[in-house]
Amino acid sequence: MEAFSALVQQADFTADEAKSIEAAASAGYAYGLAAIGPALGIGFLVGKSVEAMARQPEAAGMVRTTMFLGIAFTEALALIGFVVFILLKFA
Amino acid sequence: MLAERGLVFPPINEILRWQDIFPSFNKIGLIAVLAALIGIGLFLAASRRDPMKAPTGSRNLAETMIEFIEEGIVMQTIGKQGLKWTPFLLSLFIFIFLCNIPGILPVFQMPATARIGIPLALSLLVWVVYIGTGLKHQGAGYFGHLLWPPGVPTALKPLVGIIEFISTIFVTPFSLTVRLMANMLAGHILLVSFALLTHALATAETQQAFLVPMSVFPFLMLVGVTAFEILVSFLQAYIFTILAAVYISNSLAGHAEEH
Repeated sequence: MEAFSALVQQADFTADEAKSIEAAASAGYAYGLAAIGPALGIGFLVGKSVEAMARQPEAAGMVRTTMFLGIAFTEALALIGFVVFILLKFA
Repeated sequence: MLAERGLVFPPINEILRWQDIFPSFNKIGLIAVLAALIGIGLFLAASRRDPMKAPTGSRNLAETMIEFIEEGIVMQTIGKQGLKWTPFLLSLFIFIFLCNIPGILPVFQMPATARIGIPLALSLLVWVVYIGTGLKHQGAGYFGHLLWPPGVPTALKPLVGIIEFISTIFVTPFSLTVRLMANMLAGHILLVSFALLTHALATAETQQAFLVPMSVFPFLMLVGVTAFEILVSFLQAYIFTILAAVYISNSLAGHAEEH
């Protein structure tokens, strides 16, 4: 971010433009960082669920329900990151 | 500003805020009212059919949906004693799905649940219902069980109790709201982005020979995202309903065997 601020100061941007550039950059960082954890989590979760369904097809319905529950909780973190992205970029 | 030519993304208010059709009633309100009316109309039409004959038309659809809620949601989360919750969960599911799906319908092009109002009201409704259920089935002991959870080692009880209490009372309605709203908003913004990109490339003023044919790619992506949004509309309605059922089941049974 320091490098970015220096860049913004060197070029002749008005205060508003500089602010919107920094907002866009930090919004990108915010969403990128927020997506890492949930991405790993959902991948692991669905992989294990598929494994469970393959081992015991008769329990597939229950596994699927629990899988969606787990996805919903894990995904919430990424979505809060997305809301932060919107707030930084546009608010 | 920085970029006058090429792709200019509109400010967020331009893609989310609609003009009033008449005072204090805009497109979001119209979609919500239509969703409620269509849901009611479908089930009223289904109930008129003769139940003795093999189901056709609207009754077929209604029976499929009721069976989906009973088998896929109630039996999986609450169990047999929860079958009396089917009407509530069914209304939630139908209403949320019919509010989500206008996101891809021409003319509407806006999911009503992408603004926070409707998800917030629905989450508060679910919140009132599951706390009311807890108070009805466990009395004042409901809050006692939240604060002093049974089945947890005594040394951990104060810590787990506080976490449990905060998560049930405050975090749950917040995460229900944000999950539905942010999912639909993300899909809407994705559709807007690819539509704008297609438009910007198709109407490029410089290097037309290269840029105009390129507009095929964002257009194909737009078609793909539209198909994906049908899935998301269904999945978010399903997840909202199943989470409501899980919270109700927690209130019914207490937290003895959970976590």
